[in-house]
Amino acid sequence: MTMKHTISVLVNNRPGVLARAAGLFARRGFNIDSLAVSTTNDPDTSRMTIVVDGPDQVLEQISKQLYKLMDVIKVLDHQDEPVVTRELALVKVRADANSRAEIMQTVSIFRANIVDISETTFTVEVTGGAEKIDALINLLSKHGIKEMMRTGRIVLSRGPRTA
Amino acid sequence: MQMTGAEALLEAMRREGVEVIFGYPGGALLPVYDVLYDTTDIRHILVRHEQGAAHAADGYARASGKVGVCMATSGPGGTNLVTGIATAYMDSIPIVAITGQVPTFAVGKDAFQEADITGITMPITKHNYLITDANELPRIVKEAFHIARTGRPGPVLIDLPRDVQQASIEFEYPEKVQLRGYRPVTTGHARMIERAAEMIDAAERPVIYGGGGITASDAQAELVALAERADIPVTMTLMGKGGFPDDHELSLGMPGMHGTAYANYALHEADLIIALGTRFDDRVTGKLDMFARRAKVIHVDVDPAEIGKNVRPALPIVGDVKQVVGELAKRVKENRHPKWRERIAEWKRQYPLTWKGDGLKPQFVIQEIWKATEGRAVIVTEVGQNQMWAAQFYPCRETRQFLSSGGLGTMGYGLPAAIGAQVARPDRSVWDIAGDGSIQMNIQELASAVAAKLPVKVAILNNGYLGMVRQWQTLFFQDRISHTDISDVTPDFVKLAEAYGAVGLRVTEKSEVTRAIERAMEIDDRPCMIDFHVARDENVMPMVPAGGTVDDMLVE
Repeated sequence: MTMKHTISVLVNNRPGVLARAAGLFARRGFNIDSLAVSTTNDPDTSRMTIVVDGPDQVLEQISKQLYKLMDVIKVLDHQDEPVVTRELALVKVRADANSRAEIMQTVSIFRANIVDISETTFTVEVTGGAEKIDALINLLSKHGIKEMMRTGRIVLSRGPRTA
Repeated sequence: MQMTGAEALLEAMRREGVEVIFGYPGGALLPVYDVLYDTTDIRHILVRHEQGAAHAADGYARASGKVGVCMATSGPGGTNLVTGIATAYMDSIPIVAITGQVPTFAVGKDAFQEADITGITMPITKHNYLITDANELPRIVKEAFHIARTGRPGPVLIDLPRDVQQASIEFEYPEKVQLRGYRPVTTGHARMIERAAEMIDAAERPVIYGGGGITASDAQAELVALAERADIPVTMTLMGKGGFPDDHELSLGMPGMHGTAYANYALHEADLIIALGTRFDDRVTGKLDMFARRAKVIHVDVDPAEIGKNVRPALPIVGDVKQVVGELAKRVKENRHPKWRERIAEWKRQYPLTWKGDGLKPQFVIQEIWKATEGRAVIVTEVGQNQMWAAQFYPCRETRQFLSSGGLGTMGYGLPAAIGAQVARPDRSVWDIAGDGSIQMNIQELASAVAAKLPVKVAILNNGYLGMVRQWQTLFFQDRISHTDISDVTPDFVKLAEAYGAVGLRVTEKSEVTRAIERAMEIDDRPCMIDFHVARDENVMPMVPAGGTVDDMLVE
């Protein structure tokens, strides 16, 4: 069965680790939908959140192959557990005298922020789940999106459980 | 103690028990080679091509069970190692490859003889390192040897920039390895082993299918004990050959594409397959969803990623094969399967492993080598028909006696690997069973063998073809012999051997075979190459076509 998987990978914070991990996906022809990497509370450890589409069995194999990398400490596929997930997007949208009020209202409803402003544009910052961000982008697009960037998804398990 | 990075490398190798390095110098390795100039306790075998160094280290590792070491300079030196590293990776062979690198300040600037060898070898090494700080060298060398030889063994590469070799460090060798991302499971789960023993006790038609893991974990004694106690026929893959004595009454020989008919029939009708240190390779299973459909599978492997990769086992056990099989041998009941044994005996009578015709047949040559060496030679093969005939007609009783590039199928493996094997086993006769195609891929290593006074024997089964591909063309491409007939230009192998300072012999009649082999056995100070002009159109049989099933098996 094919499904979107969100995989957390705890790794040694060292050069080359990302390339090793990414190579396992590339070799099997998988496009990584989104990727976020940062150091954790332990400066020697980084955490990757990888979102990828693929058959369950192949992803199980990739997870096991990830585990085999010397720099990988832990792999967690968040398939069957409740999680908190967030993404962040910056959207530069055309904003003229006629549309400014409407955009500000929309942004407010989404609890997003306008973080930069110019004669002709707003830059909107929004965080949340993928659906929320999709919805806001959809509403803003009629005004004309000039540029935008979304981060990769980041995920933590709900409750006291840690990876 | 204060020393240079290059001195530290050699000192670290000394601590790891390295006896021999197979290498080829170059600009980016000059500091290390300068240290080697004064080194007497570690032998250096100079190869004539870096690929030969990697295969020789691999052959040494397979024959000895120790970690093999090869060394090459930056750029083309490293890229020439690549095929040998990939060969070792596919067959889980522990080698450590050292490459020189341009100085750290020049890395990434397309300097002369620069190649990103850690990037290139990422998917074909168990792990690799680029050392940028000489102080880390002792720790990294320690880790590299540890990673190479533990868990599922494999190659590790260390890329060593020239300035790191020259830097001065305080040498302190760590006692322990600390790798928080690497903790191979070695002890099988006791409850799972218990259940496996119950399944074995209940089986009526069990078969053990063993692979390279038997060799890697040195589990032959445990395997024999298990098979004999529970009366289980055993089929060993090309990688596992010798892990169960080929002449044992429970032996089924090799399974798969060119395995014995009776091994394949037994797997097909088995109700339980006990897979030990093996990975259900496509050359064994053929069409995967038709493979052993009646059987439940117990899969024991030290690498969790192998479990469920190709076949979903009814019972998985992650652990060291030696430990798990040892436990199983203690827990299973004494058992007999007379009906199953008789069924297999009937297949053995009906489809014996043999050949037809009386000329100078390649199978006959191998059988005569077996006789002359009393079955005790270390056999190394090239890849193709020569490899399959060697596997079929040279029965082995010991592990580490049959060395072959199974996973990658590397032509040109045999001669350099035989050199490594001869260094590891000076007490044994070492034979490279070659084809006239394969031998020409690393023929330059004759010079290395002559220089090192290694009496390796090369038996060329010369049929003027790239024979295995020719066989496929004959059988599956309407005999359209496309670019596999190499008889138009075949070197005079006798003159070629002599040109290198080796002994060359030619055999064109069946009656000369034994004498030539005996003659080769008498030579103990240099290599001997015998050019056997064998029957040209012989096919390797039996054969299960790629992606086929036992029903598609050709027996003649």
